[in-house]
Amino acid sequence: MTGYILRRLFGAAVVMWAVATLVFFMLRIVPGDPLAAMLFDTGDPAAAAELRIKFGLDQPLIVQYVKWLLLIVQGDFGNSIYGSRIPVSQLLIEAAPRTLSLALLAFFVAVVIAIPAGLISALWRGRPIDHGVTFIAFLGLSMPDFWLGILLIILFAANLGWLPAIGYEPMSAGFWPWFSHLILPATAAGTGFSAIIARMVRSSMLEVLKTDYVLVARAKGLSPWRVVMGHAFPNALIPVITVMGIAFGLLMASAVVVETVFAIKGLGRILIEGILNRDYPVVQGAILVVSFIFVFVNLLVDVLYVVIDPRIRVN
Amino acid sequence: MSTTDPIADPIASPAAIDDDLPARPPSALSIMMRDRRAFFGLVFLCILLTAAVFAPWITPYDPNAMDYVMLEEPSWSHPLGVDDLGRDLLSRIIHGARVSIFVGLSTVTIAGILGVAMGIAAGFYRGWIDTIIMRYIDLQWAFPNILIAVYLVATFGTGLTNVIIAISLAYLDDFARVARGMTLSVKEEQYIAAAHATGCSDWRIMARHILPNITAPIIVLATVSISNAILAEAVLSFLGLGVSSDTPTWGLILAEARSFISRAWWLGVYPGVAIMLTVLSINFLGDSLRDLLDVREVRDIP
Repeated sequence: MTGYILRRLFGAAVVMWAVATLVFFMLRIVPGDPLAAMLFDTGDPAAAAELRIKFGLDQPLIVQYVKWLLLIVQGDFGNSIYGSRIPVSQLLIEAAPRTLSLALLAFFVAVVIAIPAGLISALWRGRPIDHGVTFIAFLGLSMPDFWLGILLIILFAANLGWLPAIGYEPMSAGFWPWFSHLILPATAAGTGFSAIIARMVRSSMLEVLKTDYVLVARAKGLSPWRVVMGHAFPNALIPVITVMGIAFGLLMASAVVVETVFAIKGLGRILIEGILNRDYPVVQGAILVVSFIFVFVNLLVDVLYVVIDPRIRVN
Repeated sequence: MSTTDPIADPIASPAAIDDDLPARPPSALSIMMRDRRAFFGLVFLCILLTAAVFAPWITPYDPNAMDYVMLEEPSWSHPLGVDDLGRDLLSRIIHGARVSIFVGLSTVTIAGILGVAMGIAAGFYRGWIDTIIMRYIDLQWAFPNILIAVYLVATFGTGLTNVIIAISLAYLDDFARVARGMTLSVKEEQYIAAAHATGCSDWRIMARHILPNITAPIIVLATVSISNAILAEAVLSFLGLGVSSDTPTWGLILAEARSFISRAWWLGVYPGVAIMLTVLSINFLGDSLRDLLDVREVRDIP
């Protein structure tokens, strides 16, 4: 098992290295050289040359690459070149908890809705309630997450006035301020994920309900509740967790997009603003940190499988 | 469907076979018509396509024409209302359909052609070509497509061409993965060995013998990808990374509506309804195609 985890860890490190390399070279090879355009747009060739030397841009690309990589590994992403010029790492450290708490709450809300919905759908297969759940799941998959966010603001913030429309409050300001600002974006970001999980729970349960051990459990006279909760559901959960792992990336991507709707200054918002301001150090840093989170989550899911399902260890 | 398959059960009575043999197998279209959801999808997409093609002639107003009547509720003269600059929302949504459909179709065509070519080459030749292509696919696999599209726009910049390139590249790996997997299984078939034996060139085998036999999952994947590409375009436009700020697109209309939704709900609702109905229709169609072509290789997750 240790060998397996080490191999995965190595794979994740390779992916991160590949992403960092791609980010470095693509931003420099693309025509127009955005970095140069920003730094040397002073119209003064002498000053430009001075800046070029100061930032090490006179050196061969490969030397720049190695130096850059060494800085990145130490968490030094340079300074924002727009506005306040604060270090990119500081921006990202402030933003990361917002995105993570949004994603985790979205995950929680989605699972709390999806599992009962999928179970009910499977147990009352073919009945109106099953059709209802299936239809809502289809709707959830077809609704763009950012639009769902807008609809939630129109309903719960603009018309009913129950919840704040935009912004973020940290947990340190109290649970309710944190929760009330985050529940709408979390719902918007989690709906697609929830729909996928509900459908997966349904089909996985239907599969398990056909097995012999469920028949045995029924035949020995267990209550329907015990049959479903004690025998069928735990076994139906394994494929569901696999899909959760795959779909969690989707949820993170949704969180990144939904941040814009609710004006939450998380990693996604930082990335988008960086792109709009042509603030390349920020764009680089945000891409790397967001990618790092994805690679880390993938790694976590891979390790989790091994813990849940020992059969994978053999391979 | 007959329960007594004449091939599996040769003793089945001839009468039973006669009874079950239809004069002609039902056409794909007639099967889809029987599927109510696919029928809805097909009808909606036909209307949308017609509206998009003839947009300049059928929209009641110029989509960019401003007026002093601002933020007006839906009425007879403006069925879906008016935005903050006095522009007619219905006209803007119909024009937005053109961008969505164009981006959806063009990106899937590009991603499909390149991805399938890569996938077949990887599966057919194996070796180092396969290794390189698989490394690339695995790298993209670690990230959701929409995020890759955002990364690419961050690099190339915004605008119609760049948005199309970004979305095409973001969806390339899906096609390559499915094509490679199918090629690997098709390659073991006897007819490929026969083609080799009769001296067909590699190119001919890939183009004439492998490609036609892997089209079913590719068609289903392409259908699903069109709806995902339309969503991706909407997201990019919404984030301000889209086509341009003076072409009305569904995502852009929603982005502009954001500041006014407390006073003008219609601006926040209708463009999203357009996106949702389009995506829903394509997904219904894709589901129907999946059943029709009996495809299991294409996953549900976008």
